[in-house]
Amino acid sequence: MVLAAEALAEKGADAPPIVAGLFEIAADGPHLIGGKRKSDGRTVFPMPGGFEAQKYEAVKLSQEGKLWSFTVQRFRPKSPPYAGADDEKTFQPFALGYIELPGQVIVESRIEVDNFARLKIGMPMRLAIVPFARADGKAVSSYVFRPVQ
Amino acid sequence: MSEVHIIGAGIHPFGRTEGRSGLDQGIYAVREALADVGLEWKDMQFAFGGSSAAGSADAMLPHMGLTSVQFINVANGCATGGSSLLSGYWAIKSGEFDIGVVTGFDKHPRGAFNPDPEASGLPRWYGDVGMMLTTQFFALKIQRYMSLHGITPMTLARVAEKAFENGARTPHAWRREPVDAKTILQAQMLSDPLTKYMFCSPAEGGAALILASDKKMRELGLKGPRILGAAVRTRVNGSFEVFSPSLDIERGPSPTEIASKVAYEMAGVGPDEIDIAQIQDTESGAEIMHMAENGLCQNGEQEKMLADGETRLGGKLPINTDGGCLACGEPIGASGLRQVYENVQQLRGRAEGRQVENANIGYSQVYGAPGLSAVAILAA
Repeated sequence: MVLAAEALAEKGADAPPIVAGLFEIAADGPHLIGGKRKSDGRTVFPMPGGFEAQKYEAVKLSQEGKLWSFTVQRFRPKSPPYAGADDEKTFQPFALGYIELPGQVIVESRIEVDNFARLKIGMPMRLAIVPFARADGKAVSSYVFRPVQ
Repeated sequence: MSEVHIIGAGIHPFGRTEGRSGLDQGIYAVREALADVGLEWKDMQFAFGGSSAAGSADAMLPHMGLTSVQFINVANGCATGGSSLLSGYWAIKSGEFDIGVVTGFDKHPRGAFNPDPEASGLPRWYGDVGMMLTTQFFALKIQRYMSLHGITPMTLARVAEKAFENGARTPHAWRREPVDAKTILQAQMLSDPLTKYMFCSPAEGGAALILASDKKMRELGLKGPRILGAAVRTRVNGSFEVFSPSLDIERGPSPTEIASKVAYEMAGVGPDEIDIAQIQDTESGAEIMHMAENGLCQNGEQEKMLADGETRLGGKLPINTDGGCLACGEPIGASGLRQVYENVQQLRGRAEGRQVENANIGYSQVYGAPGLSAVAILAA
């Protein structure tokens, strides 16, 4: 609950998700929404769309997991597809990686960390919802993982 | 079934050739391959060709000759060249054809490729937030591998150093200036732990190989390395591939491991019998991981092998003897065929400036998005 409040307290984090159904804010805080295949329980993220969706049921993914791998994006990604509001001059490198959610799936995510050198494979990470500044000015929120303090 | 030989080989230098189209670079390579065996386009019974960004490969037909030849365009991502080779291999092995050409060429704009989420079946937000970059995938894969198997950044640098060293000796290479490991390590970081010298660049180039049955080869009074085994395999659940918003916790084999096993089995040789190997080195880390995925070493052994120079020219197992993708760049349609071209030249003793003595068995592996690998094993 504290975490949910903390995440939502961030300015702009209450904007609509970058795409509907990517995550939801439940009573216990935010969750990514994955898909669990009805036939064998294989879990994927995000929840598949189109015909494929019929084979899956939507499931709330764990808020916490362990860092599986990471890197730092040091240069501004090409647009398109990147839709960030920054430009070559204002771009700030960001970390990203994979987080293993126990018993479910390994998800890819942007990572928020004060110092990139802190990142270590295996460290505990927690989901947060943050504003994402789009070049087209549309207010949206997206998800990140942060090291558990 | 016929045995399949590579009797001729041609290449257009890789890199940047201003004022020459990708198609012309392909035509150049095919003409060179034909000249290599003293044959003409009309002698070709089939052609398989691929290009990703430089138009249809069969656009070379009016230039080469409208001979009614069976020409099939091949498109299989970064493994296009390997897939063209495999197509030609099966065409002859089946007994349907006796002689033909496989070719590939490309001409890409500068800088990283510009992916479209929807073309890859991915949701748009994935690209919006800045997670759709091939460079990130390579960094994420090697970062985990380094942590699991004790590989250091110096080993990444040594791979690139060796690539430029070999490139400097190779007429068809693009990067022909040696760069030392220290400079490579201290260069601009693009995606940790990979610096700019550790990544290959999209480039230009063309390659062509003439394939023939054993019988045809003897009729023509020619010779060339025999294809002992060749296979293309795609990914299974649990493999780690580019543009994956999620991965299975239960890890599985990579398409390279699968294709490699199949090719070794077809060839009837083991990894310890390989004399030279050309393996996909999109970046330094890929060469390190592919060494293990192709059975050329155990996970973690690369650290010592690179430190001891085992994979350099003159080492125990020279890898990427022409500088690989790191020194040649990666024109998608031609890249896999460049590897085979290099093995053919080495096995024929024609690898000017970089010849590996007594090379008898050559191995090549090209890997590409969205998760496929093509392997070919040749014997002198």
